[in-house]
Amino acid sequence: MTNAILEAVELKKYFLTSRGTVRAVDGVSFSLEETETLGLVGESGSGKSTTAYTVIGIYAPTAGKILFRGTEISRPVAKRPRSLKRAIQIVFQDPGTSLNPRRTIGQILELPLKVHGVGTKRDRKERVIELLRLVELPPEYAYKSPHMLGGGERQMVAIARALATEPQLVILDEPTSALDVSIQAKIINMLLKFQQEMGLSYLFITHDLSLMRNVASRVAIMYLGKICELAPTAEFFQRPLHPYTKMLLSSIPVVSPEEEALKPEKVVSQGEIPSPVNVPSGCRFHTRCLEKDERCSRVGPETVEVGEGHLVSCLKFAPQLASAAAAPGSGEVEK
Amino acid sequence: MAFWRRPGFQRRWDTFKRGWYKFSKNPVSVVGLFFVVAVSFLAVFAPFVAPYPEHAGRFVNFSEASQPPSLQHPFGTDVFGRDILSRVFFGFRYSLMMGVVVLVLVVPPGVVLGLVAGYWRGTWIDMVIMRVTDVFLAVPPLILALAVCSVLTPSVFNAMMAVSLMWWPWYARLVYGLASSLRNEFFVQAAEVAGASRPHILFREILPNCVSSIFTKMSLDMGWVILIGSALSFVGLGAQPPTPDLGTMVADGAKYLPDQWWIAIFPALAIMITVLGFNLIGDGFRDLFALEEV
Amino acid sequence: MTGALLHVQGLKVEFKVYEGVLKVLNGVQMVVHEGERMGLVGEAGCGKTTTMKCVLRILPSPPGKITAGQILFHGRDVLKMTFHQVQRVRGRGIAMIFQDPTAALNPVFTIGDQLMSVIKYGSRDSLGAREVRSRAVAVLHEVQLPDPERILTNYPIQLSGGMRQRVCIAMALSTEPELLIADEPTTSLDVTIQDQILRLLNALVERRSTSVIFITHSLGVVREMADRVYVMYAGSIIESAAKEELFSNPLHPYTQGLMRAVPKLTGGGIAEGIPGRIPDYLNPPAGCRFQPRCPHAWARCVNEVPTLHEVGQGHEVACFRFQEQ
Repeated sequence: MTNAILEAVELKKYFLTSRGTVRAVDGVSFSLEETETLGLVGESGSGKSTTAYTVIGIYAPTAGKILFRGTEISRPVAKRPRSLKRAIQIVFQDPGTSLNPRRTIGQILELPLKVHGVGTKRDRKERVIELLRLVELPPEYAYKSPHMLGGGERQMVAIARALATEPQLVILDEPTSALDVSIQAKIINMLLKFQQEMGLSYLFITHDLSLMRNVASRVAIMYLGKICELAPTAEFFQRPLHPYTKMLLSSIPVVSPEEEALKPEKVVSQGEIPSPVNVPSGCRFHTRCLEKDERCSRVGPETVEVGEGHLVSCLKFAPQLASAAAAPGSGEVEK
Repeated sequence: MAFWRRPGFQRRWDTFKRGWYKFSKNPVSVVGLFFVVAVSFLAVFAPFVAPYPEHAGRFVNFSEASQPPSLQHPFGTDVFGRDILSRVFFGFRYSLMMGVVVLVLVVPPGVVLGLVAGYWRGTWIDMVIMRVTDVFLAVPPLILALAVCSVLTPSVFNAMMAVSLMWWPWYARLVYGLASSLRNEFFVQAAEVAGASRPHILFREILPNCVSSIFTKMSLDMGWVILIGSALSFVGLGAQPPTPDLGTMVADGAKYLPDQWWIAIFPALAIMITVLGFNLIGDGFRDLFALEEV
Repeated sequence: MTGALLHVQGLKVEFKVYEGVLKVLNGVQMVVHEGERMGLVGEAGCGKTTTMKCVLRILPSPPGKITAGQILFHGRDVLKMTFHQVQRVRGRGIAMIFQDPTAALNPVFTIGDQLMSVIKYGSRDSLGAREVRSRAVAVLHEVQLPDPERILTNYPIQLSGGMRQRVCIAMALSTEPELLIADEPTTSLDVTIQDQILRLLNALVERRSTSVIFITHSLGVVREMADRVYVMYAGSIIESAAKEELFSNPLHPYTQGLMRAVPKLTGGGIAEGIPGRIPDYLNPPAGCRFQPRCPHAWARCVNEVPTLHEVGQGHEVACFRFQEQ
């Protein structure tokens, strides 16, 4: 891809625990274009948040590369140059825990300004008030503590903090999943407005596919540390291919018959996501898949492009590869 | 301090009122606060409020020796004819001083070591600090104080030093536990992502969230330290006569039990009231620092 | 109408805090009929859970205080019952499933210990140890947990979130209650697991014809789970209707705003949410509590409090736009 602001290449992040190696992210590749929104969707335990934290540098990757505008940045945040910290920011899921309860909103918003050397105290004060105004909060909120604010207002403060350094790439880690829908609507619209005005690129982590339908330019589905399907949004919802995508789509509770009609024919969801310590052999989804055959437990599928920018990782869509891999020992067979 | 920390008198007054409301919701802690304030007042102004201030030191008046409680001597007099009430007021001074000095010596190093070890949990820094802490925790403070005071000259100063040496690990432990879980909170990670310095993260992000527990422990420890000081004096290894120390007074009076009960009982009650006051305040501190949602 | 199993009338609850008195519930009205699946929808802080705590008499008091209203269960006022009578209602009359199955199970006892003690003490007749055990196995089987015998010996931490919630459902249903209160039972679960749990719950209550109050903040979930839906805002019910009616013809401006704000699978962007935020319970707005955020508000909305008013077949709205006068 030509115009990528962020690229992940075979990104892996393992954690060593007493129970064994947790393969949280296990070979994830994607690219994020300038000013687009890439939705990274998955259930808990799929590795979507770990991917985000590795990109921002809370974790150092075990293997693979992260490229920001073509420059390799695969190292923890403490070892990154200041300009890079400025350019990539994150909004965490729960504003109740991402804002220090013992500091005032003013102090919270001032921190990134201080770190990145914004002028004098007076300049910073003006900038703090400007940031509050940007997210439509009154200036006297600078004196308040986070616990005096409602959930939506707190998340707006967290967004203002992320925008304080004028970043180019913002990682949104489930920014509205702890909030009510009426507040979610307000925050999402605000985020979309900022994206337009400031030319931001968003990596949007979420479990909510209906939200992604309305926000993302492209959607990627993660399952157990791998991406199983990635496609432009319209294509993704019109022509879901991976059995897991279909199961997800048909599980979403909706509010109108029109939406009901859009869901793939009822795929009865079964099973639960296995522990990333004991990753199933072959295709990771085969333990819950309704369309599996005998190859799936032995052969891990390659990712293939089935349409314009539509990537799927399922043996059904790679017949030539599958037949070649049918003999044990060839292909990507897991131990 | 940043500019928004200069909130003006009104804001400060509101904060105080709200704090008092939260503190006073628990009547027990108000009783504790009353004891502590009363004891502190009597200690500070002992020379002015004590009926016979000169009785605090070397003073003998055998004509009034061992008098039971009366209007003139509400707590009675001891074998030298000294007014026990006055000596108890002066005794508060030594008890409180013991507690305050020990805590001042103990809390800052303990807290800093705990923060550092907690933040770098799982690294060699954590290993070194916490194993040293464990070693110190394994020595009982009272026994060490006894040992130090019997090897060196018995004095209040030596007793305080000995107790301090053994007391900091408790704070290191407490703060270590808090810091090692707080360091994974999203607000700490947010500060790291923003590029905040290590001292900022330790002292501005993590420490303020530990303050409530530290204060609660401090108020309980005040009681403990006073008890230990009194115990040392009781066995003759702390304050030496004629210092009006409560522990020494109980020790002296114990010889005359049960006939002249007032010589030992009133200083003993004074110790109890002081320790109880600090213990009761503890819960109030916890409520005071609790955050309530809207 | 068949008999009303639970009838909440004019329930008012206040909380005392430093700043004054929070008027949290402002006259809640609701009816649950026998065998009915009732859905209660509302956003965080609207008083859904507080209402249910009153029904079960587990409202912490102080600071909470019930100042008015009745809660009739089988025609008897729960609020006037003695502790002993309430205990009986809790065990066999009404059971509850909580949002977080991890918090609802005690981590230091096995599933068997917890489930069997519920069966032993909750059951109508006294049972022998073997009987209790076989009932426990049967009920775990009923919630479609594989290998019930093994699960009885497991600790909660050894089960996944979805399995824990199944255990909680088994516990709630083991005493065969007449009314099941499910408080956001799928909110902490993933969407595919939520789908499984909802299907399971639906099948179970249908088989046993248990009445259900299903509390949720999600309109999508309530559409799958309820026959009749109550919409709650700022401490009172503002609209109630049969499910199909409510989703095809929402009348209250708040319900309409909520419907618009839900992201749709059909796309088309996100509508602007409802302006403003939920009212301050210390000084709630005069008249209708939704009036400051309402696009249609007029003088009467500030002066009077609207009450539920029938506008169609079983469709009630608390809004003056639908009351001609």
